[in-house]
Order: sequence, then structure tokens, then C-alpha cells
Amino acid sequence: MRIALMATCLADTLFPDVARATVTLLERLGHEVVFPPEQTCCGQMHVNTGYQREALPLVRRSTRTFAGYDAVVVPSGSCTGCVRHQHAMVAERYGDAVLAADARAVAARTYELSELLVDVLGVEDVGAYYPHRVTYHPTCHSLRLLRVGDKPLRLLRHVRGLELVELPDAEQCCGFGGTFALKNADTSTAMLADKMRSVLTTRAEVCTAGDASCLMHIGGGLSRLRTGVRTVHLAEVLAATG
Amino acid sequence: MTTVHLGMPVVAPRGVGHLRGDESFPDAARRALADTQLRRNLGKATGTIRAKRAAVVAEVPDWEELRDAGAALKTEAMARLPELLEQLEASVTAAGGQVHWARDAHEANAVVTELVRATGADEVVKVKSMATQEIGLNEALADAGILAWETDLAELIVQLGDDKPSHILVPAIHRNRAEIREIFLREMGRVGLAAPADLTDDPRRLAMAARAHLRRKFLSARVAVSGANLAVADTGTLAVVESEGNGRMCLTLPETLITVMGVEKVVPTWRDVEVLLQLLPRSSTGERMNPYTSMWTGVVPGDGPQAFHLVLLDNGRSAVLADEVGRSALHCIRCSACLNVCPVYERTGGHAYGSVYPGPIGAVLSPQMTGVEDNASLPYASSLCGACYDVCPVKIDIPSILVDLRRQHVDAARETSRLPGPEATAMAAASWLMQDPQRFGRAQRASRVGRLLARGEHGLGRRIRSLPGPLSGWTSARDAPAPPRETFRQWWARARGGRS
Repeated sequence: MRIALMATCLADTLFPDVARATVTLLERLGHEVVFPPEQTCCGQMHVNTGYQREALPLVRRSTRTFAGYDAVVVPSGSCTGCVRHQHAMVAERYGDAVLAADARAVAARTYELSELLVDVLGVEDVGAYYPHRVTYHPTCHSLRLLRVGDKPLRLLRHVRGLELVELPDAEQCCGFGGTFALKNADTSTAMLADKMRSVLTTRAEVCTAGDASCLMHIGGGLSRLRTGVRTVHLAEVLAATG
Repeated sequence: MTTVHLGMPVVAPRGVGHLRGDESFPDAARRALADTQLRRNLGKATGTIRAKRAAVVAEVPDWEELRDAGAALKTEAMARLPELLEQLEASVTAAGGQVHWARDAHEANAVVTELVRATGADEVVKVKSMATQEIGLNEALADAGILAWETDLAELIVQLGDDKPSHILVPAIHRNRAEIREIFLREMGRVGLAAPADLTDDPRRLAMAARAHLRRKFLSARVAVSGANLAVADTGTLAVVESEGNGRMCLTLPETLITVMGVEKVVPTWRDVEVLLQLLPRSSTGERMNPYTSMWTGVVPGDGPQAFHLVLLDNGRSAVLADEVGRSALHCIRCSACLNVCPVYERTGGHAYGSVYPGPIGAVLSPQMTGVEDNASLPYASSLCGACYDVCPVKIDIPSILVDLRRQHVDAARETSRLPGPEATAMAAASWLMQDPQRFGRAQRASRVGRLLARGEHGLGRRIRSLPGPLSGWTSARDAPAPPRETFRQWWARARGGRS
């Protein structure tokens, strides 16, 4: 299958290993991955901070960039959520019905990584080897906007060498929330403290999730406190073969 | 969205009631977060209610269908609101009640004050009511020399403590037993029967002290003021749902009953009550059924209050109804399930929201009722985690309304200010950069300068411990990742020769 990678602006710029792991993983499974270089950002930060007008050109660019592909993979629950739930809404707000229809068509073929693997490609054992004690944090948008359910856990359970430990209060938000982390830094930090406590009680070496943004937040806290626990994106865990 | 300027409904007026806070949410939250007792009280209480709710909701096999039914009947009621309210007025009048229309808090307070004055009474008993808190009725009555006694246990704790409610359903959720004991011992004697001197923090002893104190109020009061959970348009029936029976006392003992109700509480028919009374107790207290459901239709000679007044309150609700995205906030049945699951509310408590309506529903309702400029920080008081939407019994898509209110706030600022602020400038710049992949690539490469900030850090996972300007909020508690040597797009171009 020929799959277009929406790397996300965050992974492209700050966490290239996440996007590279997505490529490695899908190619290992026998698929062709392409990276349309016209892509930049889905516009989620703009939409969720109130700047829908500024998001409109980004929605247009994203929709045009990915219009010609049968499947688009995104290593992020929240960027997938933006494509699926917000792109057409923004287009309609500014009266562009054609763009809204195109955005809906692209959204219907856009998948978060675990959705693509389990629902579209029909694999749960991706042949990974990752000999570490790992806990999984279900990010809010993958959980409640996309309803990925236990797909990431099913993938992780098939990873050889991986010891999966359940995260207490897993479904509680980590406190990232995009610009919420800056505008309400104190509340965000209080939420982060509880998430870190949950992670630490698992005695895991690695906390994984499907969103580099939430992991940047959780990992930033774990690093600041010198906990010795690191955050690794789900794509990197699944791409690992030791 | 089309913008109509002619005849747009007005928002709730300033200077009266409790829909606006004195400070922004982040400032109020900072103080609340530092209150360790508050954090413990809230964490324990919301955790307990959350678990109870989850258990009783799981018992209902058609819970999702019930939610759909609740959402559908509320949507219909809001679409037919003017007609239903006139029908309600006719039904209540036919049953011997009297209906008063109040455009805003000022009018509602004036109507209630006049009605109490006309009875000659100088005190009223109150059954817990969000609407009367919203309009500041107690203060208005006090200005007219009329004392209002709150009779809901939690509301009594709030009133005696000269405090503000912090939760829709459990207004004293921020207090623990030890604090309640102190308040009872200190304050009860000043306004009525004193608490026993040997009072402990045993819940039963506390309840008995409140019971003895309140009984005196019930037996002497001639006028009661209530809110309402719903009103049935075709029969003129009002309903109050509660747990203690104190509401039942208020609704049945006094000679005159005055009910203040937001216009959105009307439902078309009795069959709708069936749906709401299944959704409400499970969502709010985590009970299959609430202990007391009081319903009354007008006046019955020789039984209960012999005069009944219904005050229909707008106070910004028509403005909410005019917003095509936000209007579903009027579907709210005040169950407070969204507060109990909200990770922000759980940590900051209700006072941080400023308004009498806290939590996720408050963050969408208050700014709409006052106009977003008067509660501008509330739509941002959410990480958009979506837990509120999942538990809402009438399926209010709170995250989507929050996002739209943020848009309204930004759009309004764009129109009114000459120069864009730092955030608007940064957002516009980011949008401009990202509209062009070449520009974006150059900006990404420039950001590698950030690697210098990680100087002195060695090995894998280089981290930045301090960022300048608005990004310092990030590094106050979190390290930031150092930009990598090579972005993904650079790697792709190098490794794959730009193949696409």
C-alpha cells in the first residue's frame, strides 16, 4: 500500500525520530511511504487557540497536499483529530464549501498510526523487539476524539521483550492541552504532577503514547525532576527491532 | 455565521449577580492550586462521585440512547422556546399560579423583592437554587431588609461561612468535616439556634445540628424561594429534585412560594420528565434515584402554599440561544457530572472560575451569558481533554463550544484593538511561515539556534532548562527538547533524495 506520511510540524521540527520510526515501521511491513514535502502544519494550534482565520490557509495547504493519496498516516492522535473534526468546520466558517468537501474526503482517508496498523493494514504483531518495562498513556484526543480504544495496547502486547505495565488513572489528561500549557501553566503543571506520580508508581523505564506533544510535556517534567524515566513515542517502540 | 446586529438579544447586565469574577482564571487558579487543604478535599470528593457515577451509569444498558433522547428533547425545547414558555404561562395561570417575566437579574430581583414585601414577611427560606445565586437575590433581598435563609445543607455551610458556592450540586465541596464543624460552632448561634457546644466532626452529629437549626426556620417562615429543575409546558408542573428533604419543607410549609427559573428549564410534555429524571440522579450524585422529587402544579386549596409565583428569567439566555455553536449549553440540566470529571476543576475548584457556574459547563455558559469579553479567560481554562463531553447526559459538546468561544474572543480583539498583541502577532507569524514549505523549512533550520540553549547538556536527549519570554511558562516546570541537528524533512531529502 502507498501511504502518505503527515509527519506533523512538531515531529518534523523537534522529534524527527518519531516520523523516521513511522517510515521504518511501515516499510518493514512492506508498504511504500511517501513524504509530500508541501506539507507544513495541520493548523490545530491556531484553531484551538482561537485563530481560525489564520488556520484557514493551513487547512487549505494540508487538504491540497494530501488530496491525492489513498491513505494518510499521522503519528499523532490530536493532529488526526484536527483533520477529522476541525478542517471542514474551519473551511465552512469562511464559506469555502469546496474546501470543506475536499477536507472531509481527506479526513476519511487519514489515520492515526495505531488505527492504520490495526484497522486498515490488519496487523497487531508488527515484529518489534523492545526489551524494556513500558507503560502506556492514552492521550485524550486519541482516546476521546478518535476512540482508538485498546488498539495501541494490542500493538504493544505483541512487542517481544516488552513488559507492559498498566498506568494508574491512565485516562486522566496529562495537562498539556496545547497553548493551555502556557496560558494556564500552573494548572497544567498540577495535572502533570499527578500524571508523573502515576508513571513513577509503575516503575516503568519508558512512558509511551501516540502523541509527541503530550510526551514532550510529560517527558519535560520527568526530565526536570531527574526521574530517570524517559518518554518514547509509540512509533519508535513499534519500529524497534533491537 | 451570519451576523445580525438588529435585535440581537442582550447579555446579562454588569454590576448585579454572580456571573463575573474579580480576576482572570489563571490568577485565581494559581492561588487555589497552592491551597493544599482544598486540593485534598476536592480530589477526594470528585474521585468519590466519579466512581459512583460510573458504577450506576454502567447499570443502564441503554444509557447512550437515553443521552440521545435527552439531547433531542432539549434541542426541540430550545427550538420552540417562545411557544413553550407561553404555553407554560397559560398552564401555570390556569392552575392558580402567577407568572412573571424577568429580562435580567435586576428585573428578577425587583419582582421577588416586591412579592415578598407584599406578604409583609421580613424573612424567607430558600431551597438551593443556581438561578437565585446567579442574580444575587440574597443581596437584593438584604438591601430591602429581608433575610434569606439557605436551607440546603451545603448551601447553609456556604452561607454561614460567608463563602461562595464552588460546585453546582455540592456547593461546599471545598470544605471538609473539620471546617464545617468550626463554621457551625462559630456562626449558627448568631443567626438562630446555636450548635451544641460538644459538636464533633461526625457527619451524623453535623447533620443533626443543621437539622435542629433549620427546623426553626422552616416552622416560622411564611415565604419560600426556590429554583426549579424543570417545568412542563403542557401541564404547568414544576419540579425540584433533591437529596435532603429540606427542599420539600420549603416547597410545602410556607404560605407563599416564589420560584425563579431560567427559561431554558421548560420541557414540552410529561413524557420528557421520564427521560430527564433517569439521566439526572445517575449523572449528578451517582444515585439510581434521588431521595426527594417534589412536583407541584399551581395552587391546591388547603394543601401547601396558597400563593405560587413563577419568575421566568432570561438574563443573557436569549443571547446564548442566538449562538449557533454555543446554544446547546442551554441544554444543561445542572447535573455537574462535567465538573466531577474535569481535571482542571478537580485541581482548582469552583471559585477560580469567578462565576456561580464553574467547571466545563461554566466555562462555556458564563462567557456566553455575559458576553465573552467579560469572562475572556474562561474559554481557555481547559486542556480540551473531552472528558466533560463523554459524561454529559444531554451530550453538550463542551470542547467544541470552548474552541468557538476562543475564536469569538480572538475575532473580537482583532476588531477592537489597533495593534495586535504578542500572541496574535506570534500566531499570525506562525501561520505565515507555515503557508509556505520553503519558508517553514528555513524557520525550522533557524530554530536550531535553540541548540545553543542546551549548551552544557551532554549525550542523548539534550534538554533546555530555561526558555525566554512567553515560553518561560513552559520551562518553569518542564525541560524543553533541544532542536535536533536535522529536521525530518532534511533527513528525508538527504536519505531519500526528495522522493515523494
